[in-house]
Amino acid sequence: MKKLSVLFGVLALAALVLVPSMLKSHGIYLFTYWLIYVIATMGLNLTVGYAGQKSLGHAAFFGIGAYVVAIGMQSGLSFWAGLPVAALSCFVVGLILGFPALRVQTIYLAFATLGFNTAVWLVMRNEEWLTGGTFGINNIARPEAFGISFDGNLAFYYLVLGFSVVLAALLWGLLRSPWGKAFTALRDNPIRAESLGVDIRRYTLLSFAIGGVYAGIAGALFGSLVQFIDPAPFTVEASIMMYLMVVVGGPGYFLGPLVGAAVGVILPEWLRFAQAWYLLVFGAAVMGLMIWLPDGLLSIPDRIRAKRQSREASAARAAAAQGVKS
Amino acid sequence: MTDFLQLFFSGLATGSIYALAALGFTLLWQASGTINFAQGEFVMLPAFMMLGFLSAGFPLWLAFVGSCVLSVFVLGWLFKRGLVDPLFKYGMMPIVVATIGLSIAMRNAVRAGYSAEPQPFPNLFPETVYDIAGVTISATDIGTFVFALILVLVTQTFLSRTVTGRAMQAVAQNTESASVLGINVPRMIFYTFAINALLAAAAAILVTPTYLAKFDMGASLGTKAFFAAIIGGFNNSRGALLGGLIVGVCENLSAAYISPSYKEAVALVIFMLVILFKPQGLLGKKEERKV
Repeated sequence: MKKLSVLFGVLALAALVLVPSMLKSHGIYLFTYWLIYVIATMGLNLTVGYAGQKSLGHAAFFGIGAYVVAIGMQSGLSFWAGLPVAALSCFVVGLILGFPALRVQTIYLAFATLGFNTAVWLVMRNEEWLTGGTFGINNIARPEAFGISFDGNLAFYYLVLGFSVVLAALLWGLLRSPWGKAFTALRDNPIRAESLGVDIRRYTLLSFAIGGVYAGIAGALFGSLVQFIDPAPFTVEASIMMYLMVVVGGPGYFLGPLVGAAVGVILPEWLRFAQAWYLLVFGAAVMGLMIWLPDGLLSIPDRIRAKRQSREASAARAAAAQGVKS
Repeated sequence: MTDFLQLFFSGLATGSIYALAALGFTLLWQASGTINFAQGEFVMLPAFMMLGFLSAGFPLWLAFVGSCVLSVFVLGWLFKRGLVDPLFKYGMMPIVVATIGLSIAMRNAVRAGYSAEPQPFPNLFPETVYDIAGVTISATDIGTFVFALILVLVTQTFLSRTVTGRAMQAVAQNTESASVLGINVPRMIFYTFAINALLAAAAAILVTPTYLAKFDMGASLGTKAFFAAIIGGFNNSRGALLGGLIVGVCENLSAAYISPSYKEAVALVIFMLVILFKPQGLLGKKEERKV
């Protein structure tokens, strides 16, 4: 089983490396776009799926990352200098946003984070001296490193792919460490976790901060990809969509964001000519999913396995009963 | 001072519409633990129903009655049967996610199936403007405020004075003892959904002439309704009225005196203050947390 999943991982990675090189520029763009949202929703998956904090403000971090790097580059910093600043600002803002989560939970927290998103969006829209307001920031250059320019679409795609692989590996390591167990303990039963000595205050704040860093890095890459940012991609609606991506993919499943970002961003972008119809189907599918598959698409294999096990168990019971009789 | 009063009164009119949406929201929460993320879209849909009736040649009042009936069926019965009943057993968050899905579906159904452009809507009240001691107030503001206030008060009276209303409150407070007392719980919960649908239809006829009928008109209205409901107190239906009026008035005043571009943040700031200092809301009772 373990060998099989390693093999599958290698194959998937090979596909991610090879397939875009055969595509035209729009195809490469869609793949890059997808990976950027995968990075962002990986962070949200940590906050929502693993640590169980209902956050509806993730697009705000995405926007903060994009704007910090864009403004930094406007004032002469390089992308590589701006990126750590963006990540750090998202970390700090995430810690601050975590504070309401210490006081309120579930739906109240969802609204508090949603309100935070509105506030950040208003700043982006209104403070023209800083963010360019609704006109946004133009001509964001793509980064270069060690003499390699990532200006071309394919080169930039490989840069984003590199980022996603490294960030995914870091998250994987984090989740397998004691920290990861502490996050899931916080989700499953905070009171029990606290009585076992998990500092729930610290882990609640950290789940927002680390999730925010992922979104911030994704946002920085997003600004470089589209080379123009305005407040539109960072609205409350975008946050709600990211939340749905995590839920649709499967909260708490490591690969959930891959699926979630595909149905939440790539399909609507690809089907742009029929976007309203697609979103109508998407909304209806979310309702259906909640009724029949509340743990997300990636829970299907687990479900089948559970069903098979219960069937085998009942068959074994029947056989045992037969044996007793004869 | 006259400026202040003028802003205050037009804020009351907006606030009373928030209160209508917030009241339905609180009632649903009390009766069935449903957080309806599609509350804004529940106001948008009746507006388009009325447009449909109007274009079929009905007068406005008949269009309103027709869309009330249709709303009770679609937003009351169908919503409860199709979405809330199957999800009820899973707790709060699946219903929240499902109603988010519902709001996306409703919004885009109207966008794809009807029109993405804002549609004009006939005025309910005459366009006269009154001048009382230097303060100008429009008939629309007065009419909206009075109509909404009457609806809220009628709902309150229904809940506290009639047998059905008291049974509904009993269900909201303790479902198990209510059913032991012989109250038909599912029917009472359906009544709540029906009242929510009616309040949404009423909010639609009041708000659409100024906001115009557009597929995304519900987005900000829904959020304001949530904030108003929580500010006033989630487990108290009088709180919705107070919360709605506070949000409406403060928005109007801060748009004039502080900054119009940060108007959207007002509800949020009040909400954060309430969450920090009185999480149960201004009129709410404290709920103990269970382990």
